[in-house]
Amino acid sequence: MKKISGIGASKGIAIGKLTLCVNIDDHIAKKDITDVASELTRLDIAKEAAVEALNEIYLKAMKRVGEKNSMIFQIHIMMLQDDDFYSAMQNAIKNDKVNAEYAVWQAGKQFSEMFSQMDDEYMRGRAADVIDISKRLIRCLDKSLANGLDSLTAPAIVGAVDLMPSETVQMDKTMVLAFVTREGSKSSHSAILARTMGIPAVVGLADAFTQLADGASVIVDGEAGDIFIEPDDQTLHEYQIRQSEFMRQQQELKLLKGTKAITKNGVQIEINANIGHPSDVNMVLENDADGIGLFRSEFLYMESNTFPTEEEQFKAYKTVLEKMGGKRVIIRTLDLGADKQVPYMNIPKEENPAMGYRAIRICLDRPALFITQLRALIRASAFGKLAIMFPMIISVDEVKQVKSIVEKVKNDLTAEKIAFDANFELGIMIETPASVMLSDLLAKEVDFFSIGTNDLTQYTLAVDRMNHSISKLFDSRHPAVLRMIQMTAENAKKAGIWVGICGESAADTTLTEFYVKIGVSELSVTPSAVLELRKAVQQVDLKD
Amino acid sequence: MKSFQYVIKDAAGLHARPAGLLVKCAASCDSEIKIELRSKSVSAKKLFAVMGLCVKQNDEITITVEGANEEADYKKIKEFCEQEF
Repeated sequence: MKKISGIGASKGIAIGKLTLCVNIDDHIAKKDITDVASELTRLDIAKEAAVEALNEIYLKAMKRVGEKNSMIFQIHIMMLQDDDFYSAMQNAIKNDKVNAEYAVWQAGKQFSEMFSQMDDEYMRGRAADVIDISKRLIRCLDKSLANGLDSLTAPAIVGAVDLMPSETVQMDKTMVLAFVTREGSKSSHSAILARTMGIPAVVGLADAFTQLADGASVIVDGEAGDIFIEPDDQTLHEYQIRQSEFMRQQQELKLLKGTKAITKNGVQIEINANIGHPSDVNMVLENDADGIGLFRSEFLYMESNTFPTEEEQFKAYKTVLEKMGGKRVIIRTLDLGADKQVPYMNIPKEENPAMGYRAIRICLDRPALFITQLRALIRASAFGKLAIMFPMIISVDEVKQVKSIVEKVKNDLTAEKIAFDANFELGIMIETPASVMLSDLLAKEVDFFSIGTNDLTQYTLAVDRMNHSISKLFDSRHPAVLRMIQMTAENAKKAGIWVGICGESAADTTLTEFYVKIGVSELSVTPSAVLELRKAVQQVDLKD
Repeated sequence: MKSFQYVIKDAAGLHARPAGLLVKCAASCDSEIKIELRSKSVSAKKLFAVMGLCVKQNDEITITVEGANEEADYKKIKEFCEQEF
């Protein structure tokens, strides 16, 4: 038995077989061949299989994300069937007498380079598509490389270097018992995804990741961040007990469904859920959240190859509002930039993206983009209880600009005789020290504050949340951060507006009493943490 | 042989999706179909070649159609361009 440790990113215990999702780059060996004809046949068969698999994925995706967003798989099929690309592989087999895997990889690299050298940002991004289909073809050639997230056949603990959004879109969620990754932090994509799905995850294993072998029996403790490889009977037994204990607790928490988060002295707290995709609404309803406290709208932009249209956005927001049936849904406007980039936005590489061109700064700089989103949002207000909030605010002037654009959009919609509910709330994220210092003035401009503790911690402590070497300094319970939160809450109270918290530390039950005490009235957390937080609130007693 | 000029209106140019649609349409024609931009000419039936042209918004491309069925194919491709880009 061996024990390795990483960052516990999503709690729970998983026991099962490990499937390592192979990083093909490291596994393509060049082999000399003699039988050219049979190697060419292997390639043909693999291509047919790859096209067939892509067709299936395409049809599945059509149902889930629609024609426009599934087109990429059609493009992949056409790339695979492209004569120039295919002859490059065949020629390598014929002329250089190399194995098909190597021929595919070389051709893939050659064609992806053609794209990466273009002077167009979008076309450079297509290099990744070529690599993607080359890998697919190689997986069809060599079954030992076939482990991809899209090809799991039995429930497994998935090990990977990192999980990319493009991979997880294709993943069958019922097949994944847990994630363990070499890269990543508590706030990386795979960690957030695991928490939303309610499956255990350990990320940031770094060098320890190499100890993991495909097919090994492992135990994953997503709270402690521990992984046991080939556990002995005693450990296995201990964790089986802990797993059933955890499940029992989860079951117990389910009994809290239908109850309210009211403290012993009678203060009611709204417990909402954070989501990043319309499909997450099911998890929100299942965990009986009071509403949605943060709906990140970036998915629309990240899943698409071009700017999502007003109509596409409207449909997505409307679906979520309708499904929530009158419960409040707070949608945050575009928060791209920094660690979330899309190629078609053409945002130049920055020295310091966390302090760079991002979020509201992009929106105010590119009004057309902002207005499209606002129109879609405000139109959706007719279908539920909408609230809109704006990220990364640092001045009163920004809020005034935002409000005047919102007014203009409302007037336009009225003139066009398009229905909307004019009573939706407008709020801002408090995630910069500037917005905290100005919270007395900002409170006069908006209906609510939502404190984003991840960024607020990063900016208050000057600790880059993506930087591994200082991750120990990233402390959202740091007294400076707590004072920031307290000051915001006090200024909100004076102005008579409500204040909530939607960052990671909203789920930190050691802080729940503090939040209630200073007058925070809403906490928004990942769906799987809603009931546990409700329980924590119910135990708070402020009388003494 | 018949040909026409066309100015790309789509802000993103002939990126993957429209290029894919064009290749699909061209592949369904019997005629030989070529796209020319800045005196570089490629087969409209090959995706990598079309994307390799890196056609951007406001670029004027020349499309030539040649073959037994060129009248019908010309009409098909032209209508397609006007509708899609």
